Amino acid sequence: MSLVDRINAAARKMPVWGLYVVGALWPAWLFYLAASGGMGAEPVKALEHELGRLALKALILGLCVTPLRAMIGLNLIRFRRAIGVLTFYFVSVHLLVWLVLDVQILSEIWKDILKRPYITIGMAAFLLMVPLAITSNNWSVRKLGPRWRKLHRLVYPIAILGGVHFVMIGKTWEKDALVYLAIILALLAWRVIQTAKKRKSREQGARVARRSVS
Amino acid sequence: ALGASSDASPYSADLETTALEDISSYNNFYEFGTGKTDPAKHAHQLTIDPWSVEIGGMVDRPGTYGLEDILGKVTLEERIYRFRCVETWSMVVPWVGFELNQLLSLAGVQGAAKYVAFETLYRPDEMPGQKTVSLEWPYREGLRLDEAMHPLTILATGIYDDPMPKQNGAPLRLVVPWKYGYKSIKSIVRVTLTDKEPQTTWNMLQPSEYGFYSNVNPQVSHPRWSQAYEKPIGGGLFAKRQETLMFNGYEEEVARLYDGMDLVVNH
Repeated sequence: MSLVDRINAAARKMPVWGLYVVGALWPAWLFYLAASGGMGAEPVKALEHELGRLALKALILGLCVTPLRAMIGLNLIRFRRAIGVLTFYFVSVHLLVWLVLDVQILSEIWKDILKRPYITIGMAAFLLMVPLAITSNNWSVRKLGPRWRKLHRLVYPIAILGGVHFVMIGKTWEKDALVYLAIILALLAWRVIQTAKKRKSREQGARVARRSVS
Repeated sequence: ALGASSDASPYSADLETTALEDISSYNNFYEFGTGKTDPAKHAHQLTIDPWSVEIGGMVDRPGTYGLEDILGKVTLEERIYRFRCVETWSMVVPWVGFELNQLLSLAGVQGAAKYVAFETLYRPDEMPGQKTVSLEWPYREGLRLDEAMHPLTILATGIYDDPMPKQNGAPLRLVVPWKYGYKSIKSIVRVTLTDKEPQTTWNMLQPSEYGFYSNVNPQVSHPRWSQAYEKPIGGGLFAKRQETLMFNGYEEEVARLYDGMDLVVNH
């Protein structure tokens, strides 16, 4: 049995709720670290940034599911919904820390959202995630049919907005943020290439079919 | 040599000071990396002995001044100053240092000089951040001559009666308390008197965000964030934001330097 087969077999036995439990507790652990002095002299910014990075990591993991299956046959599709819901949860906690612990002042929050492009972009990404989080259940998948797939393609612009949001915070070009954005763009580029390939082979198939008919 | 005289300076603020642990662990010193904890991690590599400062340009006595020689001719004292970073965090630091004007009179400023330019050490072997292109090296800063001569402007050699931690700009750094922190250039090796406004590092990178003056001003936003409030370091996870004061609380002492100037244009 190859390594991928073994991972697939193990993943089939792993309960999805286990991922939810680990994901739900992760921000609580970070909060404990920040409150107990484990995040340095400015724990609010440290916690806020750590949560933002965690959300981007989860988002990237979710975007990896399809390419991993196509390229090496690794099947993590069972976990994809949980990864997506957790991403939304991490972003929500990130936003809450920013609102309550960082900016604190209501009028300043509103001004920041309207006047600061990186915050506008971050807020836009968060709002776009809301319909995805709401429809992450079997009932919505059935109810929406093919429209569900279309709706959930929103994750692509969300990922770009998230990556750009991170890059824009830096005072200089931060390597860390650029790496996140590059990975996101690469994962989306892979999809663009796959779609183009599929279209090409469909068109070729149609030509072959036409020729054989005539 | 680092002990301060016992009389409190009238320029010292009567404020609760930030803990040394916080002052020396949360730093911006891009020569050692762009992360806040990078300087404390990497600055130990820096050699600060021997150290000298090259003073040149429009001065009567240009030359290389050894740090020991300089310290033998100036008066060290404690100055408790507010410190406000452009990133909206703040500290209160008990510096030990001497007024910059004392060094300038050692060198003898010529009448035509209008500005003072400063440069940080360039030594990539010991300053790993200088191997990256995050900023243009060496780090440069500058002041108008009247700002440089102001008694609030000091060259600091220590904090809390201890020698300056390397991550805070040892052995000799500028402190200009009414300006954003990046004006207070660290680990200085060159001082040049000139009649032209000198190039300054952050201004070279992004002039719309970092002006030559960079006076703390709650009414002038950084293009990407408001400067109306600040977060004092050391208050933990639930620290309250504070209103930022005009000229960082030094309005009475320095506002007259900018009489008639548009502080938005000259931000």
